[in-house]
Amino acid sequence: MANIMMYYITIYMEFIQKYYKFFINGTKITLFLSFFGVIFGVAIGIFLALMKMSKKSFIRVPASAYIEVVRGTPLLVQLFMIYYGLPMLTGIEFPDILLGIIAVSFNSSAYVSEIIRAGIQSIDKGQMEAARSLGMTHSMAMRYIVIPQAFKNILPALGNEFIVLVKESAIVSVVGIYDLMYQTDTVRGNSYKPFAPLVVAAIIYFIITFTLSKLVGNLERRLSASDSRN
Amino acid sequence: MIHVTNLNKSFGSLHVLKGIDEHIKKGEVVVIIGPSGSGKSTFLRCLNLLEYPTSGEIVFEGVSITDSKNDVNKQREKMGMVFQQFNLFPHMTVSENITLSPIKVKKMEKEEAQKIAMNLLNRIGLEDKAHAYPNQLSGGQKQRIAIARALAMSPDVMLFDEPTSALDPEMVGEVLDVMKELASDGMTMVVVTHEMGFAKEVASRVVFMDGGQIVEEGSPKEIFENPKHPRTKDFLGKVL
Repeated sequence: MANIMMYYITIYMEFIQKYYKFFINGTKITLFLSFFGVIFGVAIGIFLALMKMSKKSFIRVPASAYIEVVRGTPLLVQLFMIYYGLPMLTGIEFPDILLGIIAVSFNSSAYVSEIIRAGIQSIDKGQMEAARSLGMTHSMAMRYIVIPQAFKNILPALGNEFIVLVKESAIVSVVGIYDLMYQTDTVRGNSYKPFAPLVVAAIIYFIITFTLSKLVGNLERRLSASDSRN
Repeated sequence: MIHVTNLNKSFGSLHVLKGIDEHIKKGEVVVIIGPSGSGKSTFLRCLNLLEYPTSGEIVFEGVSITDSKNDVNKQREKMGMVFQQFNLFPHMTVSENITLSPIKVKKMEKEEAQKIAMNLLNRIGLEDKAHAYPNQLSGGQKQRIAIARALAMSPDVMLFDEPTSALDPEMVGEVLDVMKELASDGMTMVVVTHEMGFAKEVASRVVFMDGGQIVEEGSPKEIFENPKHPRTKDFLGKVL
């Protein structure tokens, strides 16, 4: 029994030793892509949310249309459209990773904007009225009163969206971006092992998302400890 | 101080205010009474443009606030408002609630704003709550702080939108006491309320509204002891 276990451990050690570089490189790309995907996704998302809450229909309608289309079509289709379409339309050669970031963040921004909008609209109308009655402008009231309160409501859903983004980013492997999933496939092909590389990839994805989830949870606790509203 | 001319307000097909003319003078305490849905709260909210009137004009201290060329934020600084639901900012301490607007809108020094806040808190007997959060306070305390918050901007007029309607009965008195003190200091006040005792005691003028119109107005004595219009009689007969 012990011999059989030793045998498997040796095999796995050899496997890891031989291929660990693939996983590390892939993880780097996945982290890089997710990080910028989140940053741009949130930035564009805030912008879209503000557009969608505008009173002017020529600002509101394009934002609504964008959100509906992005949420209503597969990320895979969006990725292909950007990967092949953007260089064709603009005539510019983009680095693959940049196209991946664009696709992922455009997709995420639609979800983020809906999370932000719902968070802002969940704040009682009386808060805005009280702020305005004290002479604050609309933007001051948003900045000091509405957004700080909305942020707390938004955080759990936003954290969830970040986790989704990390996992969904695996899809960029289909256009040949060397992310963790792509490298995993490479290892499967090279080692003739169909299963083990997937276990390694799953563990790495899980470590990333679990860390992220803990970080967001900590932030949530810190924020709710900063005041005594319960 | 506030001249209202032919004020109309509709929500869709619902005509809530039907041609209100009213003149509120400096130092007056005008109490607006009337049944639910009579448009009294809407009228009050029109005075500082929380509701935008469909037509008509409101002139406050010589400035037409219904004219979009004039900056309504500037005028709102001089009109304090107290809400039924208090609307304190829950993510800020009492002191921050009171000082936020003086600091951000009036560009006051923080120390000065805090001094004003402490003075106001002293006046309402809540100086020990300066660093508490609104959720640690009772309804009556919240509303007194909401009044202090509005006073911190040193307004020329205070608008009260049913300030005691969301309070437990035993807390109504403490809020009314603060309002009475304010009235005796000569503050111009417009109060929408169901507290007939307060109207009798403090009002310089009582306005009875029904169906989006001012039906009758006069001194508390005239309205409560000798109402002329049958709708006023009917209403007072039910609430007194």
